Amino acid sequence: MRKGLLWAPLALFALLVGFIVFGLVRPADHVIPSKMIGQPVPGFALPAALPGKPGLDSAALADGKPRLLNVFASWCLPCAAEAPVLMALKDKGVTIDAIAIRDRPDDLAAFLARWGDPFARIGADHDSRVQMAFGSSGVPESFVIDGRGIIRHQHVGPIREEDVPAILAALDGAR
Amino acid sequence: MIAEAGLAALWLAAALAALQLVLGLSALRKAGVAPGAGDGAGKASRQPFSTPFLPSAVEARAGPAIGGPSTTLGRNGRGGGHAGPSTALGMGGDEGSQAGPLTALGIDGGGGAGAGPSAAFGADGDGQTSGAAALGAAIRPLAIVQGLLALFAFACLIALFVRSDMSVKLVVENSHSMKPMLYKWAGAWGNHEGSMLMWVTILAVAGALVGVVERRLREPTLIATLAAQAAIALGFYAFLLFASNPFARLNPAPADGMGLNPLLQDPGLAFHPPTLYLGYVGLSVAFSFAVGALVTRDVGGDFARAMRPWVLAAWIMLTIGITAGSYWAYYELGWGGWWFWDPVENASLMPWLAATALLHSVTVLATRQGLRTWTVMLAVVAFSMSMIGTFLVRSGILTSVHAFAVDPRRGSFILALLILYIGGALALFALRAPTIREGTPFDPVSREGALVGNNLLLSAILGVVLVGTLYPLGVEAVNGEKLSVGPPYFNAAAGPLALILVALMAAGPLLRWRRDELGALARRIALPALLSVATLGAVLLVSPIGVLPLLGLALATGVGAASLAPLWKRNLRRTPLFTWGMVIAHLGIAVSLFGMASESAFTKEKLVAARPGDTVAVGPYSVRFVGVDPIAGPNWTALEATMVARRDNGAPVTLKPQARFFPNPPTETNESAIATRLDGQLYVVLGKGDDDGRWQLRLWWKPFVTLIWGGGGLIALGGALSLLGRLRRERTAHDRRAYL
Amino acid sequence: MRALVLALLLVPAAPALADSRMAAAAYADTQLADPAQEAKATALMHTIRCLVCQGQSIADSDADMAGDMRALIRRRIAAGEEPEAIRRWLIERYGDWVSYAPSTKPVNWPLWAAPLLLVAAGVLIARRRFRRRR
Repeated sequence: MRKGLLWAPLALFALLVGFIVFGLVRPADHVIPSKMIGQPVPGFALPAALPGKPGLDSAALADGKPRLLNVFASWCLPCAAEAPVLMALKDKGVTIDAIAIRDRPDDLAAFLARWGDPFARIGADHDSRVQMAFGSSGVPESFVIDGRGIIRHQHVGPIREEDVPAILAALDGAR
Repeated sequence: MIAEAGLAALWLAAALAALQLVLGLSALRKAGVAPGAGDGAGKASRQPFSTPFLPSAVEARAGPAIGGPSTTLGRNGRGGGHAGPSTALGMGGDEGSQAGPLTALGIDGGGGAGAGPSAAFGADGDGQTSGAAALGAAIRPLAIVQGLLALFAFACLIALFVRSDMSVKLVVENSHSMKPMLYKWAGAWGNHEGSMLMWVTILAVAGALVGVVERRLREPTLIATLAAQAAIALGFYAFLLFASNPFARLNPAPADGMGLNPLLQDPGLAFHPPTLYLGYVGLSVAFSFAVGALVTRDVGGDFARAMRPWVLAAWIMLTIGITAGSYWAYYELGWGGWWFWDPVENASLMPWLAATALLHSVTVLATRQGLRTWTVMLAVVAFSMSMIGTFLVRSGILTSVHAFAVDPRRGSFILALLILYIGGALALFALRAPTIREGTPFDPVSREGALVGNNLLLSAILGVVLVGTLYPLGVEAVNGEKLSVGPPYFNAAAGPLALILVALMAAGPLLRWRRDELGALARRIALPALLSVATLGAVLLVSPIGVLPLLGLALATGVGAASLAPLWKRNLRRTPLFTWGMVIAHLGIAVSLFGMASESAFTKEKLVAARPGDTVAVGPYSVRFVGVDPIAGPNWTALEATMVARRDNGAPVTLKPQARFFPNPPTETNESAIATRLDGQLYVVLGKGDDDGRWQLRLWWKPFVTLIWGGGGLIALGGALSLLGRLRRERTAHDRRAYL
Repeated sequence: MRALVLALLLVPAAPALADSRMAAAAYADTQLADPAQEAKATALMHTIRCLVCQGQSIADSDADMAGDMRALIRRRIAAGEEPEAIRRWLIERYGDWVSYAPSTKPVNWPLWAAPLLLVAAGVLIARRRFRRRR
């Protein structure tokens, strides 16, 4: 019994090493995925972020068509980086709605004028309230939402060229 | 040139460490005590070198063996042919006497003073062991030269930073010619490679110091200790040279550097990492002693007394490092928090907990010959925690505000070292621990009983912190789920254990060694207990607060009184320094606990959006917000708010918190402004401004918060007095013996 | 407290230049009028993990999103919601990760049992060192 006990520290250390090896092998991943995938869009109604473009509410996200919901802001650099890809998606016929986080109309208008405007509607989320209701943890993020208003897929970070097929597949799957 | 010189010194130091390890191993093998020499041989010759050291004490002290590397190496050449078995046979005759000197010295407290290698072996005379002796004699000078070389390499790195030598990659990445001198200097260790070099430098210097001053250990144990120290150093030299070369050049050299992270541009950086590292790495000596003692089966009072000053010194540094780090985070992060249970903080707390336990168990071993196995275990654990802590900080495995981004190759390298050293030491422990004889059992109500309780609780807290820190990683490994373990867990799980520990701390020093009576204890502790109850009642009457802070306040007053009790009715001038040290350190714990409880229970917070001219009330102060002005510093620009705080009718105090902007690299930081008073701190922070001309202000009144760090200072001071007292008593004992 | 130490590289990396220019949300840095409600809100904020900076609670973070989360908590507390209900709402969206207080789900039983098990194991080991008192 006592002899066995003397080996216990080594055994515990081996366990610890196991965890550490796992930590080293696991890809560095600081993404906190939303737990809302597979659930209906939370109820919300956001005012228009820009004059002349409609705002966004949960009813508009359940109109029978799958769509991309982009969470972005004019003050976010990666959002500018993904703008061309969003334009390309729009040209492929994808409906893109957006939620602008903590943004001012002037800044937003300048951003869209400079980088392009792929959005059908933009809701203004001044205090990230709706962003949090979606379980989104930053900008930019995109959600694929099916025609019944169910959240199907989440993409964290800017959508790059190589992400497009996955996004399109998710949109297809949401049909 | 400086970079090349530093790199060359590092290579040379590594080579010497390798030589030190090889020499140590072969000396031990010749003496028949190395693990590889087989247990039979080892048992037959348990104390090959120990016999005749008393007569030589005087000359050994006057002239240690440092002077003689060449002669001893020469002797090595002549005596090298003697094989291990003959040594073992030759020493067989000592068997009968081996118990004698050990226990005798164990009791009079002097240890193996003056077992200077050449003297001891010279007295052996017959040439049988001269091979082992010569090898052993060379190991001290080797350790010393290796330490000096590492120190030289580190000095080279600092010189490169001070000169802003932009042809060196590390300087480019972490410095800037416009940076104030203090941060150029400190920038040398404000990065991965530099801090690793500092780590290995301290390791090597600690080994050198052992070589210079350690005179009480038996020679084989000392050789094994220095070999272990060299083995650790060797791994980290390799890590530096192959995976983290701090001296790598950049060609072509850029015009200027990228700057140091502004959050690190603080006097705290000059001070905090070095003290913490001294503590972390100082524990390596305890680790090496433990390994050495296991190898030579020499776990006893001598070992404990030899180890104690090293543990104390490392522990003092850890205490200072943690205390300073806590205060640094408190004023730098700008939200008034002083401890976040962040993985990196836990990584510094765990070695401290282990070292604190070790400090107490080593006392039991030195005084009562008990807890041998346990003390060796703790010595291994303490430094293991330091290494794991350093590794976790570096690897980025756990999400922390403070983590380095480190590439996996480096992570795997350090992990391999950890497995080698910690795994090796734990395996050696499991193999050798059964041969350690334990002393007689203790009486539960006795000083040693209380110290066992202390060790039990400290270890449990250490376990809780370790489990809590690694649990998210473990869960993710098992089922992929991400979760967080934070303050609510640590407070709930470790808080009560800590309070019980503090209560026990009040009783422990009032107990006699060997055996005491509960009734007598109750009489001695009655007054402090009464004080605790009175505090409890008083606080309850004044305001309702949380359970933990309430118990904390009540305990703190009682324990503070009880911690002074050992001085009661004593002649204070004749009270030994180490008793003073214990009293002051324990008082420091009570003081710190009072500060923590008071801060958590009575802090007043005020968050406002204010216009210039507005007045805000927080705690006993009313603070007038005068306005915000732009100012420029040496390498930053800032918005500086002026606030005038007034308490009752006292003199006004001006506070100037800043929101700083650093261009290299572009970063914003908040510089809080703090007014310190006897009964607390007023802490103000300037936040963002809005379009209407209002500014976000954060203000806190934190009653007695300074006691948290004041208590930490007292703990360190107590440790220092204790260390001084031990060293002085040793000196006296040594001199007395020398004149006999 | 290697707090800050050596690193902090993660913190300033993003927010420095990519901050919203809008003023913080109403309750982000403004206290609730009722001290009891504010105390509840503050206690909860100290146990909710910041999604952006990840190493801090939202009560200690300068990130905009942390401010919005503080505002959300104060708003809901002001509306009479219980702190634990708000915690559940956040966990439904972000998972257990967002709460610094480990849940009482079976996966956390070993964690909560750890202090008791450690003390029990310690007592068992230490008991051998003691002689029975008569």
